[in-house]
Amino acid sequence: MGHDHHYDHDDHSHLSEIELRVRALESILVEKGYVDPAAIDALVETYEVKVGPRNGAKVVAKAWSDPAYRDWLRTDATAAIASLGFIGRQGEHMVAVENTPDEHNMVVCTLCSCYPWPVLGLPPVWYKSAPYRSRAVLDPRGVLAEFGVHLPETTRIRVWDSTAEVRYLVIPMRPEGTEGMGEEQLAELVTRDSMIGTGLARQPEAMR
Amino acid sequence: MNGAQDLGGMMGFGPISIEHDEPWFHAEWERRAFGLTLAMGATGSWNIDMSRHARESLPPGEYLTSSYYEIWTKGVEKLVVAAGLVSREELTSGQSLAEPAPIKRVVKAEDVPAVLARGGPAERSIEQPARFAVGGRVRTRNMHPQGHTRLPRYARGKTGVVELVHGAHVFPDANADGQGEQPQWLYTICFSGRELWGEQADPTITVSIDAWESYLEPA
Repeated sequence: MGHDHHYDHDDHSHLSEIELRVRALESILVEKGYVDPAAIDALVETYEVKVGPRNGAKVVAKAWSDPAYRDWLRTDATAAIASLGFIGRQGEHMVAVENTPDEHNMVVCTLCSCYPWPVLGLPPVWYKSAPYRSRAVLDPRGVLAEFGVHLPETTRIRVWDSTAEVRYLVIPMRPEGTEGMGEEQLAELVTRDSMIGTGLARQPEAMR
Repeated sequence: MNGAQDLGGMMGFGPISIEHDEPWFHAEWERRAFGLTLAMGATGSWNIDMSRHARESLPPGEYLTSSYYEIWTKGVEKLVVAAGLVSREELTSGQSLAEPAPIKRVVKAEDVPAVLARGGPAERSIEQPARFAVGGRVRTRNMHPQGHTRLPRYARGKTGVVELVHGAHVFPDANADGQGEQPQWLYTICFSGRELWGEQADPTITVSIDAWESYLEPA
């Protein structure tokens, strides 16, 4: 790829080209005072520790439990999600779509990796990969089968290609046999993939 | 642009590789690349559309053989050079060889929660009323711009139905090119699988995209 880096430090000799490249970039940007290394640590820590799909699971569990919240989520997801404290970068404009026995929703970004960070955290590698991005819009039923999701042939599949700053959250169907469960228990049934639409919510038996 | 990022409908990439219990990052350099990209983005030296364009304008062969955070790293390298913040010589040598250029702001660790909470809302107010309404039929333009666009190739020249009207949003095609935000109405347009993929398509599928008004004409 034509990179002509010159490194004299012997202790770097075991590092791969991309490791060297990122290290060089960071050291230049820090030396010039453009970035604060502690801010990089704080950014990484936020998404490794604080933000993840447990946030989205709380949103879904509340929607399952509270019809008024569900209606709010369906009409103004940005505000309804913000009311639980999940706001900000890559979640500025949210739309929630709801699975039913007749209709299944799934989300992709064919152009890049658009994903609702405040509710799901950072996307998994497969979501950003060429196989998923290329085929989710062309053969969603086949893609779902690769995830082990086999829907009846009559179930309509709606694919949402996230091409703007709008981010989509799938509300999976609430499993049967969960009538007595509270929001915290329900949230345990909500998986990351069920909120992308490449999975279904867990059955309560699976939790025992 | 018709770059390698525009993957919808391509074939031949093989099965989806699903990793169980996937870590947030697979190596320390990915952590740093992620943090660097966000920290530099928050300096205000470029906008999100410029950063997307920097990534997608990698040569297709390089884009498709680079891992996700490699693409991010290469994008930041291009952006810092284009913004005059770092020279190519400095990137090559791995050392700062000149005084820093002026920069709008530097994000400190204590600013991080506020920066992330604020995000980058794209909605703007404009005076023109929306040209299309929910339920209306529209046709996407057949266009192949050299610069950035958010209209995927598979959805060009296709007829669909307006599903949602989102208000006016920053227009990425202009914003990526340094021509300002030029906000336009944004719509979700729903297409049948058959409209996009032909008679062999699964009749039970639909695909939606989010499309700016100038991508659309009445159908």
